[in-house]
Amino acid sequence: MRSAKTAAPRVVVIGASVGGLEALKQVLGALPADYPWPVIVLLHTSAGYRGTRLDTLLAQRCALPVREAEARRPLEAGVVHIAPAGYHLLVEQDLRFSLSVDEKVSYVRPSADVLFESLAEAVGVGAVGVILTGANDDGAAGLAAIRARGGLAIVQDPEEAQAPQMPQAALRMAGADQVLSLEAIGARLAALPGESA
Amino acid sequence: MLDTDAEELEIRDFIRTLKARHGYDFAQYAPASFKRRLRALRVRSGAASIAALSRRVTDEPAFLRQVLAGLSVPVSEMFRDPWVFETLRREVLPILASYPRIHIWQAGCAHGEEVYSLAILLQEEGLYDKSQIFATDLNDVALEEAAEGIYPASNARLFSENYQRAGGRHSLSDYFHARYERIKFDESLKRNVTFASHNLSTDGVFAEVQLILCRNVLIYFNDTLQNRVLQLFRDSLVHKGFLCLGSKETLAHTTVERDFDTFDQSARLYRRHALR
Ligand SMILES: C[S@@+](CC[C@H](N)C(=O)[O-])C[C@H]1O[C@@H](n2cnc3c(N)ncnc32)[C@H](O)[C@@H]1O
Repeated sequence: MRSAKTAAPRVVVIGASVGGLEALKQVLGALPADYPWPVIVLLHTSAGYRGTRLDTLLAQRCALPVREAEARRPLEAGVVHIAPAGYHLLVEQDLRFSLSVDEKVSYVRPSADVLFESLAEAVGVGAVGVILTGANDDGAAGLAAIRARGGLAIVQDPEEAQAPQMPQAALRMAGADQVLSLEAIGARLAALPGESA
Repeated sequence: MLDTDAEELEIRDFIRTLKARHGYDFAQYAPASFKRRLRALRVRSGAASIAALSRRVTDEPAFLRQVLAGLSVPVSEMFRDPWVFETLRREVLPILASYPRIHIWQAGCAHGEEVYSLAILLQEEGLYDKSQIFATDLNDVALEEAAEGIYPASNARLFSENYQRAGGRHSLSDYFHARYERIKFDESLKRNVTFASHNLSTDGVFAEVQLILCRNVLIYFNDTLQNRVLQLFRDSLVHKGFLCLGSKETLAHTTVERDFDTFDQSARLYRRHALR
């Protein structure tokens, strides 16, 4: 049983939709090459990057290796794992990924709600959930699940977001520990491991 | 004790009950998505808790159908990942054409979307008459619907687009009748299809086939069950037979990796080695 806050493995999960590609480039660009935690990124396909692979697009701007998450493979420290298009991505208790083609949730697949909820159940207080720009409500319930288990919630300032609906929904339903600009989110995520060491 | 730990125990007990009472073993499914489906089933069937679901499974044998239907995921589409069907048409069917009889196993056929896709491919390549498709699933409710071949008309557009991208030679609408918000595929497409209940977790080899299509089923299994099923597939295939997996599934890191060659990586097509 995980009791002490320090004992839970730390994992960063970021959900984004419309406007998310640019936002992700900025946030991920702020993470150093020796980042000690796994990072999971979910961008809705409707965000319109189809054609070029998201991992290729993001890798250009990120010091960490960027890879598509694969079923049954473990989360890796210092790797940015991308949710593949068309599948729900989940994190298991043993910190491996799984994929499903179950029905859409919040009208989308992959759904940030599904991913965030599974991560909340897997690592509890270790989860760091981030909701960025987007034009739907996905991720709000997931962020609430992370908060309910003592994880950290960061939401992009809706004023600044290209599409404010997703951050607004998250704030309405889950609230947040911090509401920040993209620039500050990058800096915050980069600083967090040092603070909890 | 946390509520979540209590739920965890109830889930474990549910899995045990289902296995003991009915022989269905969900212990080897990837837990996170299984849990989601189980929770949804609880809500849909109006049970107060998962423990209450377990009691219902025990007391009410007829409830099993509904449980299996709720726990399995018959979500599919025709010609899903069209390039896969295009590759089957262009690369695999010409090889299968050399056999006097073609036997195909479609495992985890859901509502039959891929069965009708295959039947259309075979028909258009002039191979259907000498073909036999075994379409199996553990979900009997889904199997019955598969045999009906009826889908919501709202799917027609996606199915048609996929069909065209898969190299379709006609118009998909040549194969179905539209009626009351529904489309129904021609009966003739299933004249050489056998729909049957088969549980990949527990059942064995039932036929020798030249092509197995099992897409988006293994993602739900843990390593152990995945390996069991892949061995079953290997043992069901003729030498040089084909195995087609889902786009996010692979033989890498499995126990049968060495028994197959990669035939087409992007279509997830593997070919069983010849005897050596
Ligand atoms: C997501 S669907 C895949 C449908 C289709 N092959 C596709 O890719 O579009 C998964 C199917 O696998 C079936 N399934 C799950 N576990 C099974 C088992 N142990 N034996 C047989 N079928 C199973 C489910 O009932 C469901 O119909």
